Amino acid sequence: MLATVLAVAGGFTRPAVDWHALAPEIVLTVTIVICLLVDVTTAEHSRWTASSVAGIGMLAALVPVLTLAADNHSRSMFGGAYVVDDFALVLKGLFLVAGYLTILLSTNTIAEGDYAEGEYYLLILSAVFGMTVMASSRDLISIFIALEMLSIPAYLLAGWRKRTLTGNEAGMKYYLMGVFASAVMLYGMSLIFGGTGSTLLTEIGSKVNHSFMQEPVAVVGIIFVLVGFGFKVSAVPFHNWAPDTYEGAPTPVTAFLSVASKTAGFVAILQLVFIGFLDRADVIRPFMFVLAVLTMTVGNVIALRQTNIVRLFAYSSVAQAGFILAPLAVFGSGLGPGGVPGNNGRVLSAIVGYTLVYTLINLGVFAVIISVSRRLGTGDIKAWGGLWTYAPALATCMALFVFGLGGIPPAMGWFAKFQLFSAVVGGHTWLGYTMGVVMAVNSVISLAYYLSIVRTMFMDDVPDGDVTPIRVPLPLAAVVAIATIGAVVVGVLPEIVGHLANSAVFAMGAGH
Amino acid sequence: MKDLLNGWGATLVVFLPLVGAAVMLAIPKSEETLHKLVALATSLAVFVVGIGLMATFDYDKSAKMQFLVDKGWIDIINSRYLVAIDGISLPLIALTIFVVPLVVVYSWNHFPEPHNPKAFLVLMLVLETGMVGTFVAQDLLLFFVFFELVLLPMYFMIGVWGGEQRRYASLKFFLYTAFGSALMIVSILAVYFLSPTVGGQHTFSMIALSHWGGAGLAKGTAVLVFGGFFMGFGIKVPMFPFHTWLPDAHTQAPTQGSVILAAVLLKLGTYGFVRIAIPILPVGARSWAPVIGILAVICIIYGALGCLAQTDMKRLIAFSSVAHMGYVMLGIATLQPWGINAAIFGMVAHGLITGMLFFIAGSVKDRFHTLEIKRLGGLLLQAPRMGWLLAFTCMASLGLPGLAGFWGEFPAILAAYNPAAGLNVALFRTFMVIAALGTVLAAGYLLWLLQRVAFGTPSEEFENVDIPDMHLTDYIAWVPMIIGILVLGFYPNLIFHVTDGAVHHSLRAIAGH
Repeated sequence: MLATVLAVAGGFTRPAVDWHALAPEIVLTVTIVICLLVDVTTAEHSRWTASSVAGIGMLAALVPVLTLAADNHSRSMFGGAYVVDDFALVLKGLFLVAGYLTILLSTNTIAEGDYAEGEYYLLILSAVFGMTVMASSRDLISIFIALEMLSIPAYLLAGWRKRTLTGNEAGMKYYLMGVFASAVMLYGMSLIFGGTGSTLLTEIGSKVNHSFMQEPVAVVGIIFVLVGFGFKVSAVPFHNWAPDTYEGAPTPVTAFLSVASKTAGFVAILQLVFIGFLDRADVIRPFMFVLAVLTMTVGNVIALRQTNIVRLFAYSSVAQAGFILAPLAVFGSGLGPGGVPGNNGRVLSAIVGYTLVYTLINLGVFAVIISVSRRLGTGDIKAWGGLWTYAPALATCMALFVFGLGGIPPAMGWFAKFQLFSAVVGGHTWLGYTMGVVMAVNSVISLAYYLSIVRTMFMDDVPDGDVTPIRVPLPLAAVVAIATIGAVVVGVLPEIVGHLANSAVFAMGAGH
Repeated sequence: MKDLLNGWGATLVVFLPLVGAAVMLAIPKSEETLHKLVALATSLAVFVVGIGLMATFDYDKSAKMQFLVDKGWIDIINSRYLVAIDGISLPLIALTIFVVPLVVVYSWNHFPEPHNPKAFLVLMLVLETGMVGTFVAQDLLLFFVFFELVLLPMYFMIGVWGGEQRRYASLKFFLYTAFGSALMIVSILAVYFLSPTVGGQHTFSMIALSHWGGAGLAKGTAVLVFGGFFMGFGIKVPMFPFHTWLPDAHTQAPTQGSVILAAVLLKLGTYGFVRIAIPILPVGARSWAPVIGILAVICIIYGALGCLAQTDMKRLIAFSSVAHMGYVMLGIATLQPWGINAAIFGMVAHGLITGMLFFIAGSVKDRFHTLEIKRLGGLLLQAPRMGWLLAFTCMASLGLPGLAGFWGEFPAILAAYNPAAGLNVALFRTFMVIAALGTVLAAGYLLWLLQRVAFGTPSEEFENVDIPDMHLTDYIAWVPMIIGILVLGFYPNLIFHVTDGAVHHSLRAIAGH
């Protein structure tokens, strides 16, 4: 049977597969299968094993990532559509760690709620699988496949609380918006493919003198693709789904969406603009400028008015997306003598570094939110009053995290934010300097609501007078501890993330 | 010993407080006395190390960076752990490590609500690290980290232990300062990228950047970049019109917070001008000098008028801070050595005097439970020692010759007669006249304060209340401050001698024109 099929496809030769390079994905696939079997074969009361299996799988997948990193040369497969380089490895590591921490976050919530445990971990694993593929995708098609692979489980996860109306809304909204964004993006991709005749990013990028890239229709294609990912990273004006979805989804899923799923969107954007569209930086710069300014400003201003802690962090994550996009307003500029891309490396590593730091801190934030909400049973910020008096450790960690997000030294966020500023100012363009000032103003606005949380925790009275200490389950405590240690260590020795981010570059396109 | 100090002195004086804080974190909250002892021991240890530094400092070469340590920190952007002390930073470090132990002693039995000495003292020690770190850092990024580090403990001190309006005041304090810092970071980066590269790398080293002095920069760029620094430091000083956070913060902060805020925190801003903005961007400084001068005299007059309008003793002292920092900024605006020497002297003198005023205000509040001036009166009758100390400190504050305050104000005014070459002489002489009028107003509001609070007879409300005079901790905390005010008043050369060389050195780019 197979032989006849192969015989028909006469010219087909099996592409060389580098198994080592695919090992992280293979480990994840195996874990997915095991998880599925565990769910089928175990009784209801021991479904929790799925959580352990998923967690171990994530960690196991980290092993080949490390061996590949130690091996230290980039591997390319399928004609350059799938590349495992330092950039991909750093981000695969990030996704796996984020996935692992998400599982720790989920264990208690999912076990205690009336949720289908086995399927839950299955979907998380599938989404992480899509993300690890995304980090390596250097081709329009593989990017699209990776995106769908990570998005579809995420749609289901968002609607996990199926018996509540907000849960349904969350899933539905996310799904419809996501599908719409995919359609827009696909249309853009088809335009680009139609014009350049290739889906490979390197080939699209290398058509320097190709007349198509200078045509208006190419610009339409580029903008459509970027708009599609704009939805994914919840950039304003494509952010409407985020707050409702974040609020309606189970909190661990919110953490996952606001961190890992979003980072996957940034990864795709970075690969697209740096490899594929570098020639049209002149179009993308102003587009990104407007997008970033809108995103951070609108996100911040609306966040100021939130009274629900999860919604507040939803808007905060919208605003953070603006910060992350900001350096793209200067990318491709600041070319030094001889056309050396002086600032591109800085832009890339600033964004990667920021996502690394942002992921860790935000997961810490959500760990605290989940721990505290278990006790309070409400998302109202007012209920957090006086947290410091009965849960000093949680309150202090939370303060550390929000100061980190606000970029106040010595918590870890400051250096990442500084690198963003550095990339923006280092472009030596007026757009860049203006962006620097806008970012400065926005940092202060964001501090206003971050501080309001701190103020509630430290300076208000306990609303209901109940000051029995909070019992934090071990997995949540572990996430808080990991994020705290990370925050302090990286805050004092920012080199660690800096080096990682600096090495996380790929061969940029457009051969200048 | 000297070798040890050379290699480790600056680092020790910065990080010892953190070690103390870490030790305290390990001790349970209920061991209050132990916490106080650890905090006191730590701050005294820092003081001892500081004395060691001062004893081994080479005063004949005050322009030279001494106790220099240069280690890699963030190699990827060539930011280094670069700390050193010269004649400009030494007096301010001395002020900081001198004030903190006194505040700890004062706190002994005076912990404001909600008590919790552990958290309060830990924050105080973190604050000390931030303050001293700011004065020793010679790398712009390191400086920035310490500069920001100061915000957090102060925010919590005001917000948790403060008065009625503490939440509003702490938020305002934080946001104002953060806004300035955010713009400052843009300027820091601009300086970094505009500076010439050495071995293919830009530098954050303040020493190297001062040496470069903005050579080859377009004037417009220099002016804009200086503007970012101006926002960062000017808000901290605070300069009119960014001063509005100060009265709120001072009034709402607990006594200890007010003292540290007045004594040291405000100086971070003026120090920034002297250490960073002017030496690195002399061209920008010259363009900004008239603006700074105008704002400085506005501070002087506006602060004084503000004082006259206050009904709350602490708020009055806060406004007097605005006025006094105006003199400091006027001295800086002249861009000539005499003025900047005076400014540094003014910083130290203001730190001691206004710190002392806040101590007394705190004790008055402690005893009368109010600071409303019209409800007070007759302090000299009820608590004569405190009353006399208030009188003494007011005299020092209004610039009575022979006390420390005089040497900060008078030379600054005098320097405005003859500003640096290239500045508008007529304009600065006008400033001089206005600033001189300001001293009359200062005498007015301080004497009026003294009259209403200390003289006369106690109001009916407090007539029959027993008001205890100074406690033992008050003596221990205040006597050194008083001695400091006297000594500096009699022998101002103690500071001028230290700063002069370094100031001349830092101004050579301006003097050269």
